[in-house]
Amino acid sequence: MQVILEQIINGLTIGSFYALIALGYTMVYGVLKLINFAHGDFFTFGSYLGYTVLVFAAAFLTIHFGLWGAILVAVIAAAISIALIGVVVERLAYRPVYRAGRLPVVVSALGTSIFLQNAIMMIWGPRFQAYPSELIPNAKLMLGGIQVSLLQVIILVMSFLLMGTLYFIVQKTTFGAAIRATAHDRSTASLMGININKVIFFVFTLGPALGALTGVMVGMYYRQISFTMGWNYGLKAFTASVLGGIGNIPGAMVGGLILGVLEMLGAAYISAAWKDVFVFIILILVLIFRPTGILGEKVAEKV
Amino acid sequence: MEQALSPEKKSFLKSQPLVVSVFVAAFIVYPFLVSDYFIDIAFFFGIYALLGLSLNIVLGEVGLFDLGHAGFYAIGAYTTAILNTKFGIPILVLIPISALAAALFAYIVFSPVIHLQGDYLLIVTLGMGEIIRQALINNPFDLTGGPNGVFGIDFPKIGEYFVCDSSIEYYFLIWAIVGLSIVGLKSLQNSRIGRAWNYIREDEVAANANGIDSRSYKLLAFVLGAGLAGIAGNVYACKLMVVSPESFTFWESCLMFCIVLIGGMGSIPGVLIGAAFISLFPEIFRPFAMYRMLIFGSAMILMMMFRPGGAWPRKRGAVAFRSLLEGTGRTDA
Amino acid sequence: MHRRHHSSHDVVLETKGLTKIFGGLTAVNEVDLKVHKHEILSLIGPNGAGKTTVFNVVSGIYKPEAGKVIFNGKDITGRKPHRIVASGIARTFQNIRLFPDMTCLENVMAGQHCRGTAGLFPSIFKTPAQRREERRIRETAERRLGQVNLGRVRDELARNIAYGSQRMLEIARALASNPDLLVLDEPSSGLNPRETEDLMVFLKALIEEDDVTILLIEHDMNVVMGISDWVVVLDGGRKIAEGLPEDIYSNDQVIEAYLGKDDEEEEAHGAAAEH
Repeated sequence: MQVILEQIINGLTIGSFYALIALGYTMVYGVLKLINFAHGDFFTFGSYLGYTVLVFAAAFLTIHFGLWGAILVAVIAAAISIALIGVVVERLAYRPVYRAGRLPVVVSALGTSIFLQNAIMMIWGPRFQAYPSELIPNAKLMLGGIQVSLLQVIILVMSFLLMGTLYFIVQKTTFGAAIRATAHDRSTASLMGININKVIFFVFTLGPALGALTGVMVGMYYRQISFTMGWNYGLKAFTASVLGGIGNIPGAMVGGLILGVLEMLGAAYISAAWKDVFVFIILILVLIFRPTGILGEKVAEKV
Repeated sequence: MEQALSPEKKSFLKSQPLVVSVFVAAFIVYPFLVSDYFIDIAFFFGIYALLGLSLNIVLGEVGLFDLGHAGFYAIGAYTTAILNTKFGIPILVLIPISALAAALFAYIVFSPVIHLQGDYLLIVTLGMGEIIRQALINNPFDLTGGPNGVFGIDFPKIGEYFVCDSSIEYYFLIWAIVGLSIVGLKSLQNSRIGRAWNYIREDEVAANANGIDSRSYKLLAFVLGAGLAGIAGNVYACKLMVVSPESFTFWESCLMFCIVLIGGMGSIPGVLIGAAFISLFPEIFRPFAMYRMLIFGSAMILMMMFRPGGAWPRKRGAVAFRSLLEGTGRTDA
Repeated sequence: MHRRHHSSHDVVLETKGLTKIFGGLTAVNEVDLKVHKHEILSLIGPNGAGKTTVFNVVSGIYKPEAGKVIFNGKDITGRKPHRIVASGIARTFQNIRLFPDMTCLENVMAGQHCRGTAGLFPSIFKTPAQRREERRIRETAERRLGQVNLGRVRDELARNIAYGSQRMLEIARALASNPDLLVLDEPSSGLNPRETEDLMVFLKALIEEDDVTILLIEHDMNVVMGISDWVVVLDGGRKIAEGLPEDIYSNDQVIEAYLGKDDEEEEAHGAAAEH
């Protein structure tokens, strides 16, 4: 029993990563109907930036802010930088292509992904990099009989806080209503006076920022990062957002967490080698029975 | 009422015989003039052309998002590899068998999900591609050789004399297959089936309301596309003599996707241009070393900004005729 | 104008107790309809009355919760849309659904799809039978295109022709399947008075020359009065009246449904009820 619970905690941790990255995909999709393939690379970029901050400024930061402060600075630096890159990417690579329809933007996103991935490789080199282990908390805790690491607890708490805040913003505030309206019907929303550009700006800063933040967390959790991890995490996160119902923000959170748990349980109880296959099969089964994802609404077409 | 041929039929081919002849001549003479390295580049151009044509059926004609097409390519390649190395079945016999294996797989796997909306179908195709790749790596029943793959694949041969084992021979083999595929696909485009595919792409509800069983036609597109990709897999396998899972990643599926979109959805000449871009671009820019991928990515973005319809979009009816006239400078009424 | 035939042998389409519910909303409630051969029947009613929903059930897009749809004596309830077209019902849509990036001719050829059988191999290898079939498809489409006077735009993309022409193109496409029953959803919507007049002339001529029956949804009372043989009125999903056009025109219930009760009448009713 205890082992299962620990696996579930592990699953929730990974699931939080997927969920936070999935939020980026789903928000952009909801508002622009675009599958932003470059999003996984925002995540990777953030991870590398965090690494750089921690490695090169470690001494300076720990003196002034303490260990936790240093990590916080790294996270904030990564988040802000990537948010900026997100906005730039949207302006340069996507905005000029919207008028051509959905598919050209997807190709543009793929092109951006190629560009970013190779930029990362050129800046930091093709080998793995490792987050400095002296800066990463190692403590283990016993909570109600199960062993968890301090890092896991922090990650889970942070993730749920972030997701909760985003949920609150989207569901309970006026701006959140604007976002949901834009996701529903962009042209009508703009006719109703909603500033679409502001919504797009929000989505393209928060999404990448969350991705970058997750990148730092992943760096700390796994220590090793590589310039190709964007593909892998991106794919899983995108899967998670579809699982939850693409365009649906609570759906991305739910999808990510479920995916993480399924993956962990699959790895532990079925086979580590087949865990991805297991997860995809579950996804396909879910879609057969709920064609628009777990929380996705069936958008009835007016015939 | 057959007096005026549909302008669409007065294709580029027929209206510009001189240009076409030059192209064909160059194509035939090319491999005799260059080294094996360059012949091989043209070979891979041919493979991508075939893959692009196969995905074009699904994505270009019907408009279904398929980002897992490399999976069918893999099934064709591995079917050939396994049946040839383990059972000694000759390569040429394996061409239709590989096609059939991929097609059957597509039929079985996509029947229950073919009704899904665009983006959800996309994720299923993505998932299937990954499942296939993962399965190949995991070496179930010791069939697929794991991450190292299967090696020792034979050459295509008829008896002991007609053996295809040189770059030139593979070049002509792949381009013969591409040529035949183009003829068949063009034929399909101008048929009831091709039109049905296009109706579904334009408006699926209206298509159904006009008697088209969209489910069957979508499935047919997948099955045909898979079969053609399977053939590409076969030729790839025997050229390389080795197959391994790294050649069939999500990245390959993305490349195929880009070929169709950069060339022009539903356009056969477009697919050829797209395949040229994808396979030749990295070669041309090889001297730029690491920067070439940056340039490649940027080029894709720029293409979509300035020619989102593709390099050679599919032209229909009056539009085709007019632009044809403009191109040749003639002013026939 | 024809007087209505009441022979039951002539019933082309019949709905019995047709009911369609969406979640909490009963869009169509026990609707009985009878369309007789070679007549023009208009389905009218205020917005939201369920008219298009009836069409969508008849053409197979929705499955009814209760009731039947009987076409030429056969129960077609719940059949898929593409099978219903093959049976002989062709429709147009309220918000014109053409194939925008295909030529007008190709659009009309879609109607002939269900009348062809060429499979994969004949299509690739262009067998003589397939060529004959293609020729027949093309000729039928050209004829129908000519019938609606759109022959000159046959090679234009459907998205590029005028709105009024697009409406007629959609009708030509429906006619291309040589249907027994033509189901038109607000065909005069968006047309100017002259185009509407042409449409009315066209539809009446169609009944005379082609072997069709027409069921239509209309808001334009000129069209309803001008060409219908019979009118059925829906309101809130229920049939509230049916009859000859001139009778429906002066029917109080129908007027009320469209315009709402008179305020004074309503007060009087309310006052009377309290006693």
